[in-house]
Amino acid sequence: MEGKILNPTKTDSAISDLLIVSSSPHLRSNESVKRIMLDVIIALIPAMIGSVYFFGLNALKLILISIASALFFEAVIQKMLKKEISINDYSAVITGILLAFNLPANAPWWIAVFGSGFAIIIVKQLFGGLGSNFMNPALAARAVLLTSWPNIMSNFVLPGADAITGATPLAIMKYGAADAGASATVAQAAAELPSILNMFIGNRGGAIGETSALLLLIGGLYLLIRKVIDWKIPVIYIATTAVFLLLLGVETDQLVYHILGGGLILGAFYMATDYSSGAITPIGQIIFAFGAGALTALIRVKGGFPEGVSYSILLMNVAAPLIDKFTAPRVFGRSK
Amino acid sequence: MKLENLTFKGGVHVPHSKELTEKKSLIYANEPSVVYIPLHQHTGAPCEALVNVGDRVKIGQKIAESSAFVSAPIHSSVAGIVKSITNITTPTGMNSACIVIESDGTKEVHESVKPKESLDKLSSKEIISIIKEAGITGMGGAGFPTHVKLSPPPEKKIDTIILNGAECEPFLTADHRLMLEMPEKVVFGLRAIMKALNVEKGFIGVENNKMDAVHALKSVIREDDKIEIVTLKAKYPQGDEKRIINAITGRKVPSGGLPMDVGCVVNNVSTAKAIAEAILEGKPLYERVVTVTGNGIKEPKNIVVKIGTKFQEVIDQCGGFNGTPGKIIMGGPMMGLAQFSTDVPVIKGSGGILVLTEEEALAEKVSPCIKCGKCLEVCPVTLQPLHISAHALKKNFEGAERFNALDCVECGACSFICPAKRPLVESIRFAKREILAKRKKS
Ligand code: SF4
Ligand code: SF4
Repeated sequence: MEGKILNPTKTDSAISDLLIVSSSPHLRSNESVKRIMLDVIIALIPAMIGSVYFFGLNALKLILISIASALFFEAVIQKMLKKEISINDYSAVITGILLAFNLPANAPWWIAVFGSGFAIIIVKQLFGGLGSNFMNPALAARAVLLTSWPNIMSNFVLPGADAITGATPLAIMKYGAADAGASATVAQAAAELPSILNMFIGNRGGAIGETSALLLLIGGLYLLIRKVIDWKIPVIYIATTAVFLLLLGVETDQLVYHILGGGLILGAFYMATDYSSGAITPIGQIIFAFGAGALTALIRVKGGFPEGVSYSILLMNVAAPLIDKFTAPRVFGRSK
Repeated sequence: MKLENLTFKGGVHVPHSKELTEKKSLIYANEPSVVYIPLHQHTGAPCEALVNVGDRVKIGQKIAESSAFVSAPIHSSVAGIVKSITNITTPTGMNSACIVIESDGTKEVHESVKPKESLDKLSSKEIISIIKEAGITGMGGAGFPTHVKLSPPPEKKIDTIILNGAECEPFLTADHRLMLEMPEKVVFGLRAIMKALNVEKGFIGVENNKMDAVHALKSVIREDDKIEIVTLKAKYPQGDEKRIINAITGRKVPSGGLPMDVGCVVNNVSTAKAIAEAILEGKPLYERVVTVTGNGIKEPKNIVVKIGTKFQEVIDQCGGFNGTPGKIIMGGPMMGLAQFSTDVPVIKGSGGILVLTEEEALAEKVSPCIKCGKCLEVCPVTLQPLHISAHALKKNFEGAERFNALDCVECGACSFICPAKRPLVESIRFAKREILAKRKKS
């Protein structure tokens, strides 16, 4: 830079003018918010590709519309609120992807736009923006869509070119395949259920991004390796769900479907681990995951929905500040 | 008990950046032509000059002292004439009176500088008084007068002495070189401290990235010795007093308490070396090892510098700046103090002069807290830095106090790790000052 060339023979005040004087530490790690967000996006890519493979171009279209509108709404609302536009931190991209992942593959385009708008404007920005949202934006938006347009939101397509609609495995178990009202017997349900292998790789009915346990786990593993998330939340969440389902009387051979289906893996690895809407203390995170697991099982068995992951996480989101308060870590050298 | 790779909970892995100087043997700086010796160099009462302008002084001569207990006398580092006694700014940002001495180049040593009795003949009291007379203060950073540390009230039973050789600050290698090149002195100093406090158990804790120093120390302790060399995991802030006690003994110093509350006294290895020299050679503390380093320095070095030498003079002897300096720090990058200029003198607590390049010194953009919890995870005191900082930034100091702001040891691990680059410890420090000021008032 001009005028910034130091001449060692100059008086010391010349050096003084150039020096930065700030408080320690003078060294920062190379961690950054952007890098963390980028890691989450990278982790979601396998499932994104999988969704296009299973559900076709409409899935891709919804994902892209969802991302684009999330970015658009974030920029517009920040401009209106006279805040710095921060779409380059990638967090809106993640909200867009996660929202799309929660939609059925044949949902109309405007559902994605409405959902992203609600997630970004109401849940994220009006509560203070990145880091201040007390609920997971994508999940809150999904909950609103589900109550406003229940038909569209529960009208799942089965994989394949002809895109016929069909029930999700959990709905089959709860209600039977044909009649979405009556209870199915185990035998009836079993005949309609996809194979466990198809459950695992994602070749079955469900929302865009939730069907492939395999691809979601690959991304989850990446996040664990990159230390973006800690194993405790997803593992405790899934394990608690399984244990409670058994306690509530679910047959062991149906358990696999419960774990691989209904968005549990997506929720456990990508939504319950959301930093700002979750608990932050080490013990609080364990309670958070445990609570979400117990609630998921309860809603699935006793509640009116076959799934229950989103509502459980949202409920725990609301409880998180309180959990944090009561689980504040004990300060080193203090008795309490 | 296995004494290897011990550590504490929390902390961060900071790039060491020690390769710049860790292989560089200690060398002596050129005799300075003028030294500026501040009368206030440590925690405690400032000293008063014992000399007048125009006096001739010799190396090691006592030139200032205080009658206060928490204070340590100051000695001349050169032989020459007292030119003036004037106010200057010290590297800790204090404005202090300062004795300016022009060297006459004779390097004449004062008569008082002569070996003391052998250690077995010295009583505990005599050892402590030698330490006090030699003006020895903690050389690890805080600069607390050592004789005060070695005089705990009688009800505090001390059973363990720990020498802190962790040197967990990145870049700094002064302690490392001392342990490697003068292990006998370090161990002798520890024995003197143990004798002074009548303690049977001594440890030297060294991070496992300095195994050569560990071997050097091990080779000078005898088999049947009461001293053990402990390797510690290289993790920041391993050298924090309470952390090193916890790692080595498993004891936890209570909040607001001191090491002596759990029967420990911790001293830096450089302090031990200074104690050894005070007894063996009668040499007061008038010079110290300074690591001059960083990418902003042409020839990084571990250099023995006389107290009172201006930073610029030391930097010049290390090849000068490498490009335009961005930031000059006394100490390490994690807890060191940024300097306004190089026109400040080396003091007893100056373990390092670190020069960062312009690029390294640039502040990164701060973004909102994403509540990732990393700051909480790394805090060695298990505080919740994000909450304390949020209160502090809103000037809600009561809120900060409720979150135990005063327990923060200001290690900076939280600020280091924060992906949002939030000024965590910076704001907590501010809150601590406000809370303490308010307490004083009421
Ligand atoms: S490390 Fe930074 S971003 Fe993460 S919780 Fe702490 S203050 Fe917030
Ligand atoms: S809050 Fe204080 S003690 Fe804890 S990591 Fe930050 S600076 Fe260190």
